[in-house]
Amino acid sequence: MDEITKVVRDYIIREYVPEGDDRAITETTPLISGGLVDSFSMVSLLRFLEKKYAIHIPDAAATPEAFDTVESIVALVRQFQKAEVGSV
Amino acid sequence: MSFLDTVRHSYQTDIEGIKTTGLFKEERYIHSPQSSEIEVEFPVGAQIKKCINICSNNYLGLSSHPEVIAAAHAGLDTRGYGMSSVRFICGTQDIHRQLERRLSDFLGTEDTLLFPSCMDANAGFFEACLNEQDVMIADRLVHASIVDGMRLCKAMQDTYKHSDMGHLEEKLQEHQDKRFRMVITDGVFSMDGDMAKLAEIVALAEKYNAMVFVDDSHATGFIGKTGRGTHEHCGVFGRIDVITTTLGKALGGASGGCVSGRRELVEMCRQRARPYLFSNAVAPVIVAGALKVLDLISTTTERRDKLEWNARYWRGLLKEAGFDLKDGDTPIVPVMLYDAKLAQDFARDLFDEDVYAVGFFFPVVPKGQARIRTQLSAAHEKHHLDTAIEAFKKVGKKHGILGLGKKELVAKFAA
Repeated sequence: MDEITKVVRDYIIREYVPEGDDRAITETTPLISGGLVDSFSMVSLLRFLEKKYAIHIPDAAATPEAFDTVESIVALVRQFQKAEVGSV
Repeated sequence: MSFLDTVRHSYQTDIEGIKTTGLFKEERYIHSPQSSEIEVEFPVGAQIKKCINICSNNYLGLSSHPEVIAAAHAGLDTRGYGMSSVRFICGTQDIHRQLERRLSDFLGTEDTLLFPSCMDANAGFFEACLNEQDVMIADRLVHASIVDGMRLCKAMQDTYKHSDMGHLEEKLQEHQDKRFRMVITDGVFSMDGDMAKLAEIVALAEKYNAMVFVDDSHATGFIGKTGRGTHEHCGVFGRIDVITTTLGKALGGASGGCVSGRRELVEMCRQRARPYLFSNAVAPVIVAGALKVLDLISTTTERRDKLEWNARYWRGLLKEAGFDLKDGDTPIVPVMLYDAKLAQDFARDLFDEDVYAVGFFFPVVPKGQARIRTQLSAAHEKHHLDTAIEAFKKVGKKHGILGLGKKELVAKFAA
C-alpha cells in the first residue's frame, strides 16, 4: 500500500467508521454507494485532501463516483497533484 | 418551450427509475381528522377502512382537540382567513407577535420569529446568520432541512459522527481559527428516536467558544418534565443559542415553525432569512390554534405524561413480543427489520391487520437499517396499543422474526 492510499484509508476509518463497527475498509470498498459516507459528510474528506496535498479539487470533479472507493479517491488526488504541478 | 414528447419521456424514465428502486412514494387518502384511529382509503378507490394510526407526529393528540378547533374557529372569525402578505409588508397581526412571545417564554429564549414551517426556519437560518468566516459543525444525522440550509450558507461545513463527543471536540479544536463556530444538532433524532447529548454539547461549546443550534421539532411540547424540549430534559434550559421547532407536530400539527433564541440571531433572521422574507405570514387560524395549544400544555403536563406512559408501555410490549428495537426513551420507537423489502412487506401486512405504520429504508435511513418507525401519541388509549401489538405479533410470526436479534435478522433476509 503506497503512502497516499494509506493516508486516505486511515482518514476514512477515523472519520467515518462508527466506533464498534468492525467492517473492513479495503481499496475497493464502496463508500458512498455502500452507505458508509454520504454527500453531506463527504465535505470533510474533500477539505482534508485539499489541505493535506495542497491541491484544489473543483466541484465538478468531486462526484460521488470519484469518492466511492479509496482507489478512486487516490486517483483523483494524483490527477490534481499533476494539475497543480502543470500549472506552476 | 412546449412540453415536448422527449421531455415527457425523460421525466417518465426518471419516475420509472424511482419505482424500480423501490423508492416510489404513494399518498394514502384519510377521510377523517388526524387521530389515533383514522379512516383510510388505500389503494385509491379501495373501500375506506378504520385503522389504528401509529405513525403520526401528533404526539400530544392535539391535532383535533376540541379546544384547539374552537380557538382556531374564533381566530378565523376575528382575524380572517389569510393575510395576503409577507410579514414585513402588511402581514403581521397582534396575534403573530403574541405567539412569538409565548413561544419564547415556553422555550426559555430571548426572542422568536415564526416561519411557514420548520423546514423554512432551517433553510433560512444559516445563510442569514453565518458567513465565509464561520464554520457549521453538524451531527451527521441531522434532518434534511438542516442539510439544505447549510448548503445555502457560505460558512464552512463540517460534520461529526452521530453523537460522538470525542469527534465533535476534535472538530471544535480544528476550527479554532474561524470567527464563529456553531454546533448543529437535532434534539431528538427523527429516525432513531434517540436524544442529542445536549449537556455535553453545551459544555464543549462553552469550552471551545461555539454557539449551539438545536432543531427540537420532535421534542417541543413533550420532552422534559414540563415538555419544554430536549434542553429541559438535559438540564441546559436557557443555555441553547438557537432552537428551531415546529407547530406541525406536537403543537397542534397544522403547520408553521420558528427560530427561537438569542435576540440578535432572531433579528438577523427577521432582516435576512429568505423563507421568512418571501413567504406569506402564518395564517391567523393557525396562530390562534397554536396559542390555545400553548395554554393547554402550559397549565398541565397531563398529556406529555400520558405520552410518556404510552411510549414506555408500547416499548415494553414490543420487547416482550420479541422485536428488535432501537434503544431510546422517546415516543419514537423504531422496530428494526434491516431489510428494505421486509420493511415494505411488514407495513403492508400491518395495514391488512388495520394498523397504519410505515416502513423506512435507504436513502431515508442508512443501507441495511430498514425499519418500521412507530410513533406514540397521547391520543392512544391502552386498548389501541393492546390491539396494535396483536397485529405486530401476527405479522412478526408470519415473517418468522420474533425473538431474532440483528445478526439473525440480517442473515435470514440476506439471501
